[in-house]
Amino acid sequence: MSEEQKPVTNIKTPMRLEYRYSAGIATSRFLHGIAQGKIIGQRCPSCRKVYVPPRGSCPRCAVATEEEVELSDKGTITTYAIVRVPSENIDVPLPFASVHVLLDGADLPMFSVVQECPLEKIRMGMRVQAVWVPKEQLGPTLQSIRYFKPIDEPDVPADQLRETV
Amino acid sequence: MAERCAIAGIGQTHHSARRDDVSIAGLVREAATRALEDAGMDWPDIEAVVVGKAPDMFEGVMMPELYLADALGCSGKPMLRVHTAGSVGGTTALVAASLVQAGIHERVLTVAFEKQSESNAMWALTVRTPLQASVVAGAGGYFAPLVRSYMSRSGAPEDTGIRVALKDRRNALKNPYAHLRDPNMSFDTIAASPMLWDPIRLHEACPSSDGACAMVLTSERSVRKTQYKPAWIHATSMRSEPTQFAGQEKVNPQAGRDCAKDLYAKAGITDPRKQIDMAEIYVPFSWFEPMWMENLGFAPEREGWKMTYEGATALDGDMPVNCSGGVLSSNPIGASGMLRFAEAAMQVRGQAGEHQVDGAKIALGHAYGGGSQFFSMWIVGSARP
Amino acid sequence: MRDVAIVSFAQAPNRRRELRNEVEILMPVVQQAVARSGIARPFDFTCSGSSDFLQGQPFAFVMALDAAGAWPPIAESHVEMDGAWALYEAWVKIQAGQAETALVYAFGKSSPGDLPEVLATQLDPYVMAPLWPDSVSLAALQARAWLEKTGKSERDLAEIAVRARRDAKANPNATVSGDFEIAKLLAKPYIAAPLRAHDCAPVCDGAVAVVLAAGDRARAVCKRPAWIRGIDHRIEPHALGMRDLTVSNSSRIAGEKAGVGKGKVDVAELHAPFTHQEPILREALGIGADVKINPSGGALCANPMMTAGLIRIGEAATRIWDGSAQRAVAHATSGPCLQQNLVCVLEGE
Repeated sequence: MSEEQKPVTNIKTPMRLEYRYSAGIATSRFLHGIAQGKIIGQRCPSCRKVYVPPRGSCPRCAVATEEEVELSDKGTITTYAIVRVPSENIDVPLPFASVHVLLDGADLPMFSVVQECPLEKIRMGMRVQAVWVPKEQLGPTLQSIRYFKPIDEPDVPADQLRETV
Repeated sequence: MAERCAIAGIGQTHHSARRDDVSIAGLVREAATRALEDAGMDWPDIEAVVVGKAPDMFEGVMMPELYLADALGCSGKPMLRVHTAGSVGGTTALVAASLVQAGIHERVLTVAFEKQSESNAMWALTVRTPLQASVVAGAGGYFAPLVRSYMSRSGAPEDTGIRVALKDRRNALKNPYAHLRDPNMSFDTIAASPMLWDPIRLHEACPSSDGACAMVLTSERSVRKTQYKPAWIHATSMRSEPTQFAGQEKVNPQAGRDCAKDLYAKAGITDPRKQIDMAEIYVPFSWFEPMWMENLGFAPEREGWKMTYEGATALDGDMPVNCSGGVLSSNPIGASGMLRFAEAAMQVRGQAGEHQVDGAKIALGHAYGGGSQFFSMWIVGSARP
Repeated sequence: MRDVAIVSFAQAPNRRRELRNEVEILMPVVQQAVARSGIARPFDFTCSGSSDFLQGQPFAFVMALDAAGAWPPIAESHVEMDGAWALYEAWVKIQAGQAETALVYAFGKSSPGDLPEVLATQLDPYVMAPLWPDSVSLAALQARAWLEKTGKSERDLAEIAVRARRDAKANPNATVSGDFEIAKLLAKPYIAAPLRAHDCAPVCDGAVAVVLAAGDRARAVCKRPAWIRGIDHRIEPHALGMRDLTVSNSSRIAGEKAGVGKGKVDVAELHAPFTHQEPILREALGIGADVKINPSGGALCANPMMTAGLIRIGEAATRIWDGSAQRAVAHATSGPCLQQNLVCVLEGE
């Protein structure tokens, strides 16, 4: 068969769908806080745990959360992974440390990355602090927090981390 | 109240990175026609079809059961489409089974599939709305920290994961349908493979596959005389928990433990390691084998890795796990759960060919999905319950 | 067959554009349905319906689970379909003796995307979808075929829209309602001839929750349970050229299997997002002129995707509870031009 007569085995059909997302009320409040350099979580009225980033509800208790709690931007690494493959939504040079950070005052760790730290020094229990974009660049997006960096405070012992890992 | 449900026919595709030789319809028909043939049946015998698959963005087709109605002989018949993330293949089988157990249908075809090559699975898995407050580096990036936690808690030797991967990949050589079948795979090649999300290496992670799995589930009276006797469902269970809440145990999830407990109670199993002959469980990253051995009650907490080390989970061990090669060897995401369920059924039918566990009479099929939050399981046996 | 009833129902207001996220929309709805049911958690089974593509978010249902209360862990499943099919799955579970009570919910946020375009992705990806035929244009093909076959007019279709919107005045959750003049409606331009804006369901966001209970469990909590006397669903060939678009065979079969014709029907809630689909469904189900159609205003007044079918069932149940109907039919549809249909027959004791 000539080139033109070979059966078609696949076709490329580009798709483009545009979505305008709304963050939801709780996330919007959180992001407005971020735009002011603040990290604001929510406390569940039932179990009293503090969630950050907040979603307007406590998944454990299935109730709405409203009470706002301003949190420190310092926290503890509860667990981590060294990532060596590119990821679409993370714009950080490889390899990098993908971490769970439990902010002081929060009860649920949030995902982030650690920089300014040799990879072999990353450990569970390590104390870190958020590095923000310059004040004039702050906006209602988690990109306002560039990453977390280690700070000079003693590690949190492993047995105290157990609950949150 | 519930009718007995038999697994009368099983079929699957040859899983590979790209099935360029078939459309999505062709892929599901390949598995479905094999299952029908195995059951001694044809399309008109089927009364209902239950389809399962993971996010539609993997193929770029919204609600593909609509498009597949013709390919699956569904005109004028009921069709359902299940989606419970990674556990979907298992849950789909359970939904199909309940149609027979409720006495609503006599013969149900269930199919689970994924043709990931049609879209970009990595993109589809990490599509994040711009306002979403999460910075997770893919599925591996999500699970790697949990693996690290398990390693820390259990004190398991660092090469446990390599041993699991070696076992599963070697088992795959005995499974003609498996995607990854590399006879040169060795401990060293796995250990030397690039670290993706430390501590998970390339060869300790599942592939991305195109594939489908199908089963024909029937009532007792609808079983036909075929080469293999049917497998029988002895028990089923499903449990879900939230994605993430404060204080949640993520390494040894409650939903998994509850699901297994419920399953064993229904099947009259008090000592899983003794009473279950083999298990096909959802292990997409090698370290999940020891973690699930504990979650499923085969080993005490912190000691699941010993089963791997002792060779207990090898094909000739006392608790063979993933004799088919498992998810580590073939991972069409939507189908993977059903493949576990189907492979367990094949074992008790004596249908597993080279990767058959001698004399297997009771087997466990297990699937999980999401952030280790969705679990579906079944116990199948060669004898009628 | 076991006796299974719907014992409660709640829905969110169907706004054109919700700013709340899915959990924020769904949680109050689930809480209301649970409270109204008189049944305490945990339910023996929970099942939901939603669509990733609609939301532009893979695993959309996973986030929604937070609204349902999945702690301690629950037996839970999900269909990537309208909640009406989630209700069917829950009904089957109860029939199999694996549950006595079930919570069923669904949600759909159509507002983030361009719904008719998003729905084009439901089509055969090899030969239809690449042409991007949007859902309204496809419905228009069907409408044209029906008008030619029956000799009915665009005015006849407009009358259906006017009736629906007038009835919807009594429905606080409707997206669109009110008194409209046919002439003014017919003066507006076509969206896709012969369909105008009033012939098409408004795009909106929504959520719904329903509680099912078996036998005496239902009688214990509900004065007048809405018993599911029959429920069935069927699908037809996908390609539009493979079927007669002017009839709905799958609805007819589902209606027969569900036993619509076995008694007098007082009320029918039909999931017809386009005016011409209402008479097609009426014919398929044998719904006569004496039956009250869509007292809620139907999908023409509020059509939250993945939800509207289950809402039809909830609205029909409401007529049983309030005594205005002894026997009601509810219908749900999925896919282009009524490709897949579910029919449910409800009765008071």
